Amino acid sequence: MTLKSCCPTMPNSLLWAVDIFGRVYTLATAGQYWELCKDAHLEFKRVSAVKQCCWGIACDNQVYVYVCSSDVPIRHREETYENQRWNPVGGFCEKLMPSDRWQWSDVSGLKHQLLDSLVLPSPHWEWESDWYVDENFGGEPTEKGGWTYAMDFPATYTRDKKWNSCVRRRKWIRYRRYKSRDTWAKIPSHDDPKQLPDPFSDLSIGGWEITDEPVGRLSVWAVSLQGKVWYREDVCHPNPEGSSWSLVETPGEAVQISCGPYDLLWATLWEGQAMVREGIDRNNPKGSSWSIVEPPVPENGIMHVSVGVSVVWAVTKDRKVWFRRGVNSHNPCGTSWIEMVGEMMMVNVGLNDQVWGIGCDDRAVYFRQGVTPSELSGKTWKAIIANRENDRSHTGSSSSLLSAGCFFGDEVRGSGDSLAPSDTDTSSEADRPGLVSEYELSSGNSRPCPESSAVGSGAQGDSSEEEAALSANREGKAQVTAPAELPWTNIDLKETRKASAHSAACYAETTSLSSLGLFPMGLEEGYGADDHPLWAWVSGGGCTVETHTVLKWFTIQSGLSTSMQTLSLSITPAQTAAWRKQIFQQLTERTKRELENFRHYEQAVEQSVWVKTGTLQWWADWKPHKWIDVRVALEQFTGNDGTRDSILFIYYMFHEEKKYIHIFLNEVTVLVPVLNEAKHSFALYTPEKTKQRWPIRLAAATEQEMYDWLALLSTSCSESRRIQGRPSPQAIWSVTCKGDIFVSEPSADLEALTHPMPCDQMFWRQIGGHLRVVECNSHGVVWGIGYDHTAWVYTGGYGGGFFQGLASSTSNIYMQSDVKCVYIYENQRWNPVTGYTSRGLPTDRYMWSDVTGLQECTKANTKPPSLHWTWVSDWYIDFNISGGTDREGWQYASDFPSSYHGYKTMKDFVRRRRWARKCKLVTSGPWLEVAPISLWDVSIIPGCEEGSKDSIALWAISDKGDVLCRLGVSELNPAGSSWLHVGTDQPFISVSVGAFYQVWAVARDGSAFYRGSVSPKQPAGDCWYHIPSPPKQKLKQVSVGQTSVYALDENGNLWYRHGITPSYPQGSSWDHVSNNVRKVSIGPLDQVWVIANKVQGSHSLSCGTVCHRTGVQPREPKGQGWDYGIGG
Amino acid sequence: MTDDKDVLRDVWFGRIPTCFTLYQDEITEREAEPYYLLLPRVSYLTLVTDKVKKHFQKVMRQEDISEIWFEYEGTPLKWHYPIGLLFDLLASNTALPWNITVHFKSFPEKDLLHCPSKDTIEAHFMSCMKEADALKHKSQVINEMQKKDHKQLWMGLQNDKFDQFWAINRKLMEYPAEDNGFRYIPFRIYQATTERPFIQKLFRPVAADGQLHTLGDLLKEVCPSAITTEDGVKKNQIMIHGIEPMLETPLQWLSEHLSYPDNFLHISIIPQPTD
Repeated sequence: MTLKSCCPTMPNSLLWAVDIFGRVYTLATAGQYWELCKDAHLEFKRVSAVKQCCWGIACDNQVYVYVCSSDVPIRHREETYENQRWNPVGGFCEKLMPSDRWQWSDVSGLKHQLLDSLVLPSPHWEWESDWYVDENFGGEPTEKGGWTYAMDFPATYTRDKKWNSCVRRRKWIRYRRYKSRDTWAKIPSHDDPKQLPDPFSDLSIGGWEITDEPVGRLSVWAVSLQGKVWYREDVCHPNPEGSSWSLVETPGEAVQISCGPYDLLWATLWEGQAMVREGIDRNNPKGSSWSIVEPPVPENGIMHVSVGVSVVWAVTKDRKVWFRRGVNSHNPCGTSWIEMVGEMMMVNVGLNDQVWGIGCDDRAVYFRQGVTPSELSGKTWKAIIANRENDRSHTGSSSSLLSAGCFFGDEVRGSGDSLAPSDTDTSSEADRPGLVSEYELSSGNSRPCPESSAVGSGAQGDSSEEEAALSANREGKAQVTAPAELPWTNIDLKETRKASAHSAACYAETTSLSSLGLFPMGLEEGYGADDHPLWAWVSGGGCTVETHTVLKWFTIQSGLSTSMQTLSLSITPAQTAAWRKQIFQQLTERTKRELENFRHYEQAVEQSVWVKTGTLQWWADWKPHKWIDVRVALEQFTGNDGTRDSILFIYYMFHEEKKYIHIFLNEVTVLVPVLNEAKHSFALYTPEKTKQRWPIRLAAATEQEMYDWLALLSTSCSESRRIQGRPSPQAIWSVTCKGDIFVSEPSADLEALTHPMPCDQMFWRQIGGHLRVVECNSHGVVWGIGYDHTAWVYTGGYGGGFFQGLASSTSNIYMQSDVKCVYIYENQRWNPVTGYTSRGLPTDRYMWSDVTGLQECTKANTKPPSLHWTWVSDWYIDFNISGGTDREGWQYASDFPSSYHGYKTMKDFVRRRRWARKCKLVTSGPWLEVAPISLWDVSIIPGCEEGSKDSIALWAISDKGDVLCRLGVSELNPAGSSWLHVGTDQPFISVSVGAFYQVWAVARDGSAFYRGSVSPKQPAGDCWYHIPSPPKQKLKQVSVGQTSVYALDENGNLWYRHGITPSYPQGSSWDHVSNNVRKVSIGPLDQVWVIANKVQGSHSLSCGTVCHRTGVQPREPKGQGWDYGIGG
Repeated sequence: MTDDKDVLRDVWFGRIPTCFTLYQDEITEREAEPYYLLLPRVSYLTLVTDKVKKHFQKVMRQEDISEIWFEYEGTPLKWHYPIGLLFDLLASNTALPWNITVHFKSFPEKDLLHCPSKDTIEAHFMSCMKEADALKHKSQVINEMQKKDHKQLWMGLQNDKFDQFWAINRKLMEYPAEDNGFRYIPFRIYQATTERPFIQKLFRPVAADGQLHTLGDLLKEVCPSAITTEDGVKKNQIMIHGIEPMLETPLQWLSEHLSYPDNFLHISIIPQPTD
């Protein structure tokens, strides 16, 4: 097994927290220990995390951002233009006319922009290289020098110099790269000194779901000590620091703020109300106005709020926790408060509206269990009792609470008692500036103390004591026993006593300031290196917990992990191998010993026919087609040679006459689940049925029954073809347009030169999981990409999904989830009186419809694709649609149906906009996530020489268009180790690596690129060679075989690259092969497989047909015709 | 990598080559030939010996035939123990085939239960299953099953239908993900050397500290004599299905993969063969 010990079952996301000493820890969803933040030299008051980064306010009152490291760099392209004009004397020269633009300018020509004027925005950036000239012009290469010509500025530029070209310009490019990753980077403050915000007291990030563009946009909100609210401009993935703080007017003094992933933003006011930002949307992420929400009880104002997508949680000054009812995008204020059980210092809402809190008494981090979309308030609080990582290293010392207690005797007890009051409210003074500075002063001295106590107690450590100590804490008695250096404690005790004295009088004031909860430093001894940490702040904005996630946070982990699921993963292969191997080995020996010489003996039990019968519905063969009730029987029998075969009988009534059809299961080529809301059905194909494009469709009364039959029939089909276990390395993998995964074992005659096996006879069996893209090589390395762009690697298992029990391997099957969007269209027609309205002409399409307009689809009646999918968002306007949209998402056209554009003209009489809603599937299959980079495309080298030690070349395109090369991929470690980023000047959409390390890729502008000098020694190659696309076509996909290179354009044309030779691997021209192609895949022997769009006679069941190119020979690499297989 | 599923198949399809001979004192009309048969390890003697019975009845007079019973080297064989267990416990280190003597007379009333029909075996088998599920899931799984599921389990065993049996039995092998295992492991430990029929106690698959219990942990707790060593030499063999799993093997895994169809782990402790 090649799995790493950390979490293969789910993406490893992080919960961030700050302890009372300002140390930042993270806890992984798959982890069991709090890990100290990699960059631990700063102490923090607040943190607010999302998946890719974490913002925080440190104890120096500066704001920092911690950008998590990734194999893909954050790069930003600076560009500037050099402009020249022709004059009769010197030709093109730098002398421009007085009315002209600057000699160096931005793209518009309005801004003077010298190369040197572009400087790094902060110390956290570095230049990648020097300036260079861009010689790619809209997918076409320019002449050397990169000049583009025009008659005059501003104008349309062309690549070619014409007789009337009077001006020319060229683009200079330089990339800068963000370098401060996995470290706290101080947010530079070069704002106007007059406007410089005073120290911040709270900060919250969110808002990434409001827009798709620019990539990774974030809303960063902060509250200053004076109660002002600030918004950080321009924070997005390529600009993690943002640009400047801008003030947002507020009706009162704010204390604390919380920003959800979507459009919710709440803040608390000094007076105890909450204020809610209204009008936050895509066009205005800052929102427009505030509304006030009164606290649940007037005398106890709101101290703290936290918001998610559609929830608001609050803590009032009496530490009670409240849930806001009725919150959504349309009503961000909600309707009423509900009191929840438990008393908390603060609560934090994270991803999926999951909730964490910090207990009032014990300062433990609590997780709200049972939060689901239907029950957003959850069920109970459960304390996270994971140890900190550093406790692990010296297990013995974790008992120091007790052993140190013995050691110090009465003295300790005394100080413990005197600390008791401070335990509840020392927090109050913590963030007063005075104390903070004292804190800083003292921190230097306190360092040696925990170490010494750890050493002292280490020898006495004993696991039973440890347990006792822990259980005591679980009861909430987290005493701050302080085996402390008393000088410290004394000083701080005075402070804390004072605080507690007046905190009674002005509770409200202190608490509203206090939720920071940093303890004075002297108390550090309270737990030194021992058990239960005390927490001040928690942020779950980057932590994905889903209903099926199994968390290991709630039990103390020691030694071996406890669950069977983790057993196979967290124990090293060596440990499991011994006993498991012995059992396998002994069973084999036993069979040999007890059976080998006695095979001629008679069996005690004779095999007989086994039958499963049932009632299903069948989509009748005759017209009018309808579902009719049928009786079904599956007869399994065992042949003399021990093989099994089965026949499926379908008994039906036709004109009151009993009839039946039967299907030999060894003739079935594929079984496909066809799920829709109305029927739980599946389709059964044989070669004959495939030719007719008319499968046998059977439906069951319940989904369970349908899957029982499907699993049984699938298993029987595989059995009758003697296919079992994992697919072979040579298998052909495919995904349906619904995301189901099928695999076929190629037979020898599939590629035969004469009489090849028709591909409608190929047998496909289903493998669990859900993917959009699947790619394999001939060594059994298989990668997939989900609809949500998650990358998955095949684990070598089989089954999963609805295959349960025996049809599925026990190991190597994991939970898999996928998210996709359902789209509906809102259509409107222009009316001279009222403008655009939802009243169409009688002949018009439905005002709410699917993309064709033929089917009515309203927000209310549109359901997820099947019962397995659940909605995970509300309907939202989708701006990412080809043709573009206006600010409200509308696209205009002269009439339905037509091509749409994103702006209104005089000729437009109709408009439409697309609404999307995300739905999610949770299933299982032999797939493990390759976190954390999301992919758009992936390609694996078809195969290399036997016994080669070189790692397998695997290239991918990230969902942001970065080209990536995977290192360390091998048969034994198909997931590889890390990504190597391959720089490009524009985003890419497709990549393919063929034999001999030929790497081809397609950029977003539709042109192709060949990567030079890729070899095992130089896995990323050295440079890109630009290959212009076929005339007037934008390429969208490329596939490389042994010597063949095929590309596909946006209009479904398939092109063959002509003239490729070893010495000239770029080839010379594109030859048209076929149209009507959706996707192409070239095999290691230059076999050509495509998914064709609808083929003749196809019905609406499916929308692609697997086709095999016939007549492909070395002399005729383009082949002759198509052989139609499954699908359609 | 071999899959854990294959273990289930290997266990199910375990066969013991057996030679049945009629007891010398039985009165026959002509000489009784020995009868050779492959017995399924996971089944019960009286369930799979119809052929044996017919074979010997052919040579006997009708009036001399009463209830059939089996004996090995003087020990009457309990039909209500799985065949594999009987073999492991009594004959595991002897040459194959296993020589079983067939009796029709002098039923040893104090050693054996009567087995008038297959219904008796079914009743016994189902009661074992129910007991096992009581230990594993407080009977919740078996009680939620329909009558036809119970029937399918039994028919699967009776007709040697692995798929048919496991289609239902897998439900009995599930447990909530948060529990890490069954409530208690259904096991019985048999010792060749004692009179006591077997040891059965409540034992959890996971220790209080979250560690998985192993086969060694179980034996240490309930039958420490089994794993004692003499001068570093093991005195006993710990055998299930004719193999000796390592003491480090997690008990939960054993229960899921090496249980007999009645859902019990039948563990034999037999003295280490001397040579």
